[in-house]
Amino acid sequence: MLARLLRSDGIYLFLRSPAAIVAAIVAVLVVGGAFAAPWIATSNPYDLASFSLMDGLLPPVWQGGDPRFLLGTDDQGRDMVSSILYGARLSLTIAIMAMIIATVLGVGLGLAAGFFGGRFDAIVMRIADVQLALPAILTALLIDGISRGLLPAAMQDDLRVAVLTLAIALSLWVNFARTARASVFVERNKDYVQAAMIMGQHPLRVMLRHILPNILGPLLVIMTVDLASAILLEATLSFLGIGLPADSPSLGTLIRIGMQFLLSGEWWILWVPTLFLVALVVSINVLGDFLRDVFNPRLR
Amino acid sequence: MLTVENLTVQFPGRHGTFTAVEDVSLSIAPGEIHGLVGESGAGKSTIGAAIIGLLQPPGFVAGGLMQLGDTDLRSLTPSQAHAMRGARISMIFQDPQTSLNPLMTIEDQLIETIQAHEDITSAKALERAVDLLEEIGIEGAAKRIKAYPHQFSGGMRQRVVIALALCTNPELIIADEPTTALDVAVQSQVLDLIRRLALTRDIGFLLITHDIGVIAQITDNVTVLRGGKVMETGPTEKVLQAPDHPYTQSLMAAVPRLDRKLDRFLVPDSDKPAMAAPAGKSAADAERWLRGGEQALGEGLGMHGVTVRFTGPRESLLRKPDAFVALDDVTMQVRPGSVMGLVGESGSGKSTMAKVLTGLVQPSEGRLTLGDTPLPLARQRGRKDPSRRLIQMVFQDPFSSLNSRHRIGDILSEPLWLYGLEPDKGNRRDIAAAMLDLVGLSADAIDRYPHQFSGGQRQRIAVARSLLARPRVLICDEPTSALDVSIQAQVLNLLKDLQSQFGLTILFISHNLAVVRQMSDDITVLKSGKVIEAGGSEGFFTAPQADYSRALLALTPGVAA
Repeated sequence: MLARLLRSDGIYLFLRSPAAIVAAIVAVLVVGGAFAAPWIATSNPYDLASFSLMDGLLPPVWQGGDPRFLLGTDDQGRDMVSSILYGARLSLTIAIMAMIIATVLGVGLGLAAGFFGGRFDAIVMRIADVQLALPAILTALLIDGISRGLLPAAMQDDLRVAVLTLAIALSLWVNFARTARASVFVERNKDYVQAAMIMGQHPLRVMLRHILPNILGPLLVIMTVDLASAILLEATLSFLGIGLPADSPSLGTLIRIGMQFLLSGEWWILWVPTLFLVALVVSINVLGDFLRDVFNPRLR
Repeated sequence: MLTVENLTVQFPGRHGTFTAVEDVSLSIAPGEIHGLVGESGAGKSTIGAAIIGLLQPPGFVAGGLMQLGDTDLRSLTPSQAHAMRGARISMIFQDPQTSLNPLMTIEDQLIETIQAHEDITSAKALERAVDLLEEIGIEGAAKRIKAYPHQFSGGMRQRVVIALALCTNPELIIADEPTTALDVAVQSQVLDLIRRLALTRDIGFLLITHDIGVIAQITDNVTVLRGGKVMETGPTEKVLQAPDHPYTQSLMAAVPRLDRKLDRFLVPDSDKPAMAAPAGKSAADAERWLRGGEQALGEGLGMHGVTVRFTGPRESLLRKPDAFVALDDVTMQVRPGSVMGLVGESGSGKSTMAKVLTGLVQPSEGRLTLGDTPLPLARQRGRKDPSRRLIQMVFQDPFSSLNSRHRIGDILSEPLWLYGLEPDKGNRRDIAAAMLDLVGLSADAIDRYPHQFSGGQRQRIAVARSLLARPRVLICDEPTSALDVSIQAQVLNLLKDLQSQFGLTILFISHNLAVVRQMSDDITVLKSGKVIEAGGSEGFFTAPQADYSRALLALTPGVAA
């Protein structure tokens, strides 16, 4: 199994693409660090008892800071390294959940729209067009507003993460639906699908067992690229204050907090989370581009 | 004029260097049409590309000599080679759809090409272009030159491509499968044109093709290639009539003949992969299984007054679009246990008939019968209708008819499972393995994926899949036109054997008359959705009734005995 994997085209191309290797290393470090945060972070930024105001606004070590805080601290005395790791953990959780929801929703609708065509296709794709015309922030605001109106105040804070995830998923599913639909149009006319139809197989079986495995390539690419979009979208929403509250900071919230210190000399509070976010998004995007090349032999 | 000596072309790659062309020598005199024939992968196109200097990287000329007149083609700098392409060597490609720019008029494309090589005014270039179009047989050239490529038919477009190749007075034209995408009638016109140009303009042609009929029809000399090596070369008549090399001999034996019907084809060499056969199951088991069940013999298949209309292009937002009639009142009766050949040019409605029978297209009028019972039309045919199993189809392209993500075993077990023929999973696997043996594949193919097989092997798998439904009627839509001659011979042999063993009814659809003659008992000729002629096969080939049939037979390039 492993030997076969090592001989595959994907690995072959990967080992010959320095950009993909660097991106993969960065992504693995960032994602790994984020998920291991509770074990590797020196303090818990959500636990008020674990940091002290006395340590507030310490610069990074190389600018004469405290060796306990490698990248300095914010005004509350929270360790920047720990904040980023926990923040990235939250950001990634939301982004991955949103991407999964968007994939299931988008691929399901796109598959059915492409397969059945006609009126169902028209309705789904017009909904997609409308969705595409609404900025993601507006969708998020809408869902935020609805949830505030419907849910009791006590539940609202607990459900912030769910609301944010849903808002991001709703603004990303269109991509999946369109790609899936276009790929289905190509596959549907191929003889193996025709053969399955002639045999009288159930449409659901034709879609899931015959067509879906054949359109996974482009969908995998979209999943990667959209994961980066989801991270950015979450950061944007949190930055604008629609996302997560300051006491459970994601990367976007950290950047918003950092903004206040931009002109007062404490540059690290803004720059550290920002650079971290950029590294994460760029590395995922480079991996997405690499996957696109692997799945599109014509670009090789 | 063109001399190629000991040409070797190599493609360095991940799994080592692949030698696509090895030690090939050929020469072409002015006015000579030199045929380059071989099966796919023989290196025909690579030789053409090497001569014109357009080898796909990482391919490179590893050795040998190529000379055009006094010019050594290998020593040219890239810019010299660029200047020579078009000026002294031109190329004609297979598909006239894609070798012309759809957004430029014919006039623009011709003038652009002429001016790229000669410093003359547009007016002069236009004059030359019009003369050229007239020379290659386009009437009203001065007016037609303003048209766009899509306003020409396929054959006319290929003429324009030839005009483009001619407009700089080249010494050598490389024609890579110039007629493969064309219908028989158009093909013979284009071949006539090439022949005439070689005579009148003294241009040397290198004609690359897989079609021995084309070679027989117009070439002076021929080189037979296999696996990048020259098998035999010499005057066409000599090579085709009295081949020296065993490969050429067997290749000629595999070519379906238009002039008589053979019982079986001689097959050049086995396509059976060298795989161990640990199977406990053999062809005999599959045969027993097929004969088991309640029926063994084929059923008759009938079409009565079937008309199919498709919605045509919409011309006005307010008016309903005109209907396009794909089949017009078609009646056909296939006798039980016989092979019906269905012939016609592209667009004549052959495939639509197959789709009507398999329930993919809903006819607007008419009815179908299977045996003595009516066969429901597409929309009335439920998923559980028994005809779903009784009528099976073998498709043209074995590369798209098998799901590339499924293992062969899964593909073959699917009909057994779906039609409830065999409830036990292990038994399904055994029957599939036995069936693989019956169609001439090793049983260990069962755990592989389709991409691990060649085109001919895949087509065998497709045939095996259709047999596993225990069908009574097999519809074969151009089952061999994507295959090489020798592989085609094997697949046709297989179909013949199965048909005589199990008495299947087969509807054999093909545009290739020679293949149809070898296969069928009866024949139906279709043109623009209408039946032109129907009757016994031998009668059709010896004394065709309709004018259209006679023309079709006369135009088909054949290999004379």
